Amino acid sequence: MRLLAILAALVGALFLASLLVGPAGARPGAALRALVAGDGTPLSLVMREIRLPRAVLGAMVGASLGLAGAALQGYLRNPLAEPGLIGVTGAAALGAVLALQTGLAAAAPLALPALALGGAALSTGLVIALAGPRGGSLALILAGIAVSALAGALTSLVLNLSPNPYAAAEIVFWTLGSLSDRSWAHVLVALPFTLAGWALLLGTRRALSALTLGEDAAAAMGVRLPRLRLALVLGTASCVGAATAVAGAIGFAGLVVPHVLRPLVGARPAALLPASMLGGAALVLAADVAVRVVLPGRDLKLGVLMALIGAPVFLHLVWRLRARA
Amino acid sequence: MRRSRTLLAAAAALCLAAPAAADGPRRVVSVNLCTDQLAAIVAPDLLVSVSRLADDPRAAAMGEALAPYPRNSGAAEEVFLLSPDLVLAGTWSPAASAGMLERLGVPVARFAPETSLADVAANLRRMGEVLGRPEAGEAAAARFEADLAALAAPPGPDAPLAAFWHANGWTLGAGTLSDEMLAAAGLRNLAAELGLGAGARLPLEALVMGAPGALVSGAPYPGASEAEAITRHPALAALAPRRAETGADWVCGLPAVLRAIRALRAALVAP
Repeated sequence: MRLLAILAALVGALFLASLLVGPAGARPGAALRALVAGDGTPLSLVMREIRLPRAVLGAMVGASLGLAGAALQGYLRNPLAEPGLIGVTGAAALGAVLALQTGLAAAAPLALPALALGGAALSTGLVIALAGPRGGSLALILAGIAVSALAGALTSLVLNLSPNPYAAAEIVFWTLGSLSDRSWAHVLVALPFTLAGWALLLGTRRALSALTLGEDAAAAMGVRLPRLRLALVLGTASCVGAATAVAGAIGFAGLVVPHVLRPLVGARPAALLPASMLGGAALVLAADVAVRVVLPGRDLKLGVLMALIGAPVFLHLVWRLRARA
Repeated sequence: MRRSRTLLAAAAALCLAAPAAADGPRRVVSVNLCTDQLAAIVAPDLLVSVSRLADDPRAAAMGEALAPYPRNSGAAEEVFLLSPDLVLAGTWSPAASAGMLERLGVPVARFAPETSLADVAANLRRMGEVLGRPEAGEAAAARFEADLAALAAPPGPDAPLAAFWHANGWTLGAGTLSDEMLAAAGLRNLAAELGLGAGARLPLEALVMGAPGALVSGAPYPGASEAEAITRHPALAALAPRRAETGADWVCGLPAVLRAIRALRAALVAP
């Protein structure tokens, strides 16, 4: 409980920092007054229509990625399972790009997260089926590489075939992710799917805790595995799909956060899931503040920072798994 | 024998060179959309082929005038086979193609992109010189200058503030033809007042803080892109700016820019 309070305070502080950092460069006091007053001045427009949705989206996307990572790792009992690494975000990006380039997203805004969800669900289901219930590392990672490569190639192909000359350059956005210049429209379109995904994944907490004792023990305790699997696939696809549809594929958040928090919660999935949610929100908010401080005005992609933090953690995990084997 | 053959070659060379020196080139190939159109204004009868971009209605302001000419891709091989005695290129055209044509003995005239309204007249005059029709170039330039003088209304200090707001947040500041076109329409340029030069990125926040009353954006392409989505960000709706779109009249420095200036004034300045 104390951990959750500390994490919540951290998210709050980073949320505030996200609101206060930006090229408009107003003093914090004036910026917050303009945010609350909403008096129609340019500064209050900047705070309400540009910075607030960006901060809200950062927290939402981070929470989704952290939660999905912790849930997947709990189900597969493998610390390498992560939405980005096993191709879920890549497939979601493909769905989102298809929705945008076919014009479906313009006709019906919810088509954007819906198709991203479709892509994410397909890839999650495929990887879980290929890796088997025990989540062997080799099958998991190889299936993930195959799905990621295929989704990445198809995303690039669709963007290159687009009649829009700017589309091809946006392969970078869809593979590395960014929160710059997002609006309330993005938040609203992602919100229903995100909330549904959170509810499904948080609902698996007790089943995942039981699963740490083994499948037979879990079944004896009344856990129905097919149902757990369905909740996991749908929940992951829903919140990761919605996050990717509006912010691109942000990798490694779901790997780093549960890895750091697991020792602090005694490796209990029931406690790790909400903690990872807050931790993911904090990490993505921090990264999004950092891209604005390090290279202001250059729209450095979030994925660059996430990989700089995440890849060493991933290598460390591989090293430990190797030592154990 | 040998001497007579040398004499013959010299005579032949003289015969070939003489007409070109006397009354300019006769077969002109243009590999750049802007030189295509400048040449079509000054000496349409000399043009043999124009660049492929002439087919793009989003880029070619004088598409009808260019319709009769065959297109070329600008590749050295293709251009050389048209046996031109002058090739017109932009300074930003592929250097390798133009260099190869020069090595093969074809003269290449390079035109720099216009960065001011004065450059438009200057390039018309230079096109006249290069094509051996100085009086035609002078006439076109003089007509342009007179039309511009009749049209332009330099913005006062209380003139409406406008900003170029293109895909990816690109804007155009001082030292650009677009900036001078905005001024000629009677508008102040936010990017120039922020000290930005040619081709700079303006963060969305900085644009909103500048609170321009008018925005000029490129017409959206088909398909979708995040780059263009920024031109329709909801934060801009709250500013309620008047809006205008750029098109083919903005691509090259031609007399067609006058049409763009009139359209700009009608959309952004007229009550």
